[in-house]
Amino acid sequence: MKPDASAHGLLAEFSSPAALLHAARAAHGAGYRQLEAYAPMPVEGLVEALGSADERLPRLALVGAIVGGVGIFALQWWSVTVDYPLNVGGRTPAWPGLIPATFEMTVLGAALAIFFGVLLRSRLPRLYHPVFNDAGFAAASSDRFFLCIEAADPHYDALQTRDFLEGLQPLRVSQVDA
Amino acid sequence: MSSVAPDILVLGTPPAARGDNHGAQAPAAAILPGAHSYSSISEKISGIVLTAHAARWWMIAFAACSALTLVFFGAIGYLFYTGVGIWGLNIPVVWAFDITNYVWWIAIAMSGTFISAALHLTRQPWGASISRFAEAMTVFALVIAGMFPIIHLGRPWFFYWLAPYPNVMGLWPQWRSPLVWDFFAILAYLLLSLMFWYLGLIPDFATLRDRARGRGRQIIYGLLALGWRGEARHWQRRQSAHLLLAALAVPLVVSVHSVVGLDFATGNTPGWHSTIFPPFFVAGAMFSGFAMAMTIVVLLRRAFDLGEFITERHLDNLAKLILAMGLVLAYSYVMELFMAWYSADRYEIYTALNRMRGPYAPVYWSLIFCVVVVPQLLWSRRVRHAPWVLFGISILINVGMWLERFMLIVTSTHRDFLPSAWGMFYPTVWDWAILAGSIGFFGWMLLLFVRFVPLISMWEMRELLSHQQGAS
Repeated sequence: MKPDASAHGLLAEFSSPAALLHAARAAHGAGYRQLEAYAPMPVEGLVEALGSADERLPRLALVGAIVGGVGIFALQWWSVTVDYPLNVGGRTPAWPGLIPATFEMTVLGAALAIFFGVLLRSRLPRLYHPVFNDAGFAAASSDRFFLCIEAADPHYDALQTRDFLEGLQPLRVSQVDA
Repeated sequence: MSSVAPDILVLGTPPAARGDNHGAQAPAAAILPGAHSYSSISEKISGIVLTAHAARWWMIAFAACSALTLVFFGAIGYLFYTGVGIWGLNIPVVWAFDITNYVWWIAIAMSGTFISAALHLTRQPWGASISRFAEAMTVFALVIAGMFPIIHLGRPWFFYWLAPYPNVMGLWPQWRSPLVWDFFAILAYLLLSLMFWYLGLIPDFATLRDRARGRGRQIIYGLLALGWRGEARHWQRRQSAHLLLAALAVPLVVSVHSVVGLDFATGNTPGWHSTIFPPFFVAGAMFSGFAMAMTIVVLLRRAFDLGEFITERHLDNLAKLILAMGLVLAYSYVMELFMAWYSADRYEIYTALNRMRGPYAPVYWSLIFCVVVVPQLLWSRRVRHAPWVLFGISILINVGMWLERFMLIVTSTHRDFLPSAWGMFYPTVWDWAILAGSIGFFGWMLLLFVRFVPLISMWEMRELLSHQQGAS
């Protein structure tokens, strides 16, 4: 085994979401903060067990909606009143005709903010990550659940942390190379 | 969520007491909820994609659809070379197959994202196994629908004039034109549907990356998965995004097809100039989209032996949605006639009567049969549990819905205000080639999708299973 300096952390493998949830709560309770849990599907309560959930997306969506809606309305208003006033049969431009594009772009602005918000806040795409070094980690996308206590954690100690993880009755514990 | 959980995989319990006898399905006991584990779900669904050789039926279907796709693009190429004169339309009928196809395809596109968004918002867990290909159906149908407004233009190479951008002509789009509204509606809906679909696909691409044997597949699925590793916070953001996008998608769907309805309602042509059009078009869109989803669900379920994920209860629920929408649509037809009479406008009244008694009367009565009469079979529980009967009904509904759009578009314009300007529309071989080709192109994209992308969301199935196990 390589020395600790090159370790990303210790990875414990579990067979069910309940076991992972239990382990995440125990690790957080033991004072570990540089923790990450991996699962093949969303597990309710897991993020709360690790710390706190990311509540930013709705606000990002609101910002996107405002940018999209106000932007397209302003463009339409400016183009028909200032840049190229249209007077068709004595009918000067009226705002109701500008609403369909405004509505569509409001929704699109929000959707783009959400989509890119998820990716950017999750730092994706990121094709390489140290946990992929673990030979068994491929099962994290199918039927296995993993808890990783990272070496960056102030409480991390190669032996004690391993003992702690073994105490949670995982299928196995292994060191992940950085 | 947990309150509905016990029910979730009980979906898998077939109504054995009524004796379901559709082909190769396993006997009742084998489809019980306990039959699946997390790994067997991944194995079964990713196995469809990761086999080295496609099935024989797939090759045959793909060859046929590829041929039709060539017809489609060949016909469009000839259209661009020659002009819209190769179609049968002329004054007074200047919209015919082109806009009929457009409305038909965009209506089919309406329901896919709507099905998965609305079922997600209303916490209907049965939606999980049909949402993936319903969303795929939306994207593919929308790609085709978006082509028709472009190819119906006299000078299609200027279609980008619809987009507002600073240009040397110093011009802006006519913001009050429904064609411009269509541009924004289709753009928003296509991009939102793609993002909604892709956010759901990322975890499944990760599963394929991890299970693929060949290097090429590992790289391609690995790139598509964007390095997804199932981190708890990533899941939480993904779920939050799913909910938000679903909440945006439902009003968007309604707005997009309302805009399609306004394409007609803003004109003063008799039979079009009616405030009922936006909701009437939305109902028609839901109806034909549900029917197309039914067509595809029956075929895929049979082709890949997916009876354990897409159960009879799915078919039953989908059939009930079709029936409900069919009734809304039937009501709209009645209201259309009522409003024509109530308006006391001789042109409106004549258009209504002309539809029923004029030269296009066979189209009208065929569509009434397909769209109003045939769906009434769905009141019967036995019909709702017979996949091939449902298949037949769904095909007839979509034929009927195509005829409906043809009827709406052509009968209104072929005899409007001045009898001296009346005329008839007869399709040419190019009209038919583009219609048949568009169907082939849709099938072509769908076949590629089922071959290379998991057609049921694996992670959502695992989530259902975990709720099921947690509840028991």
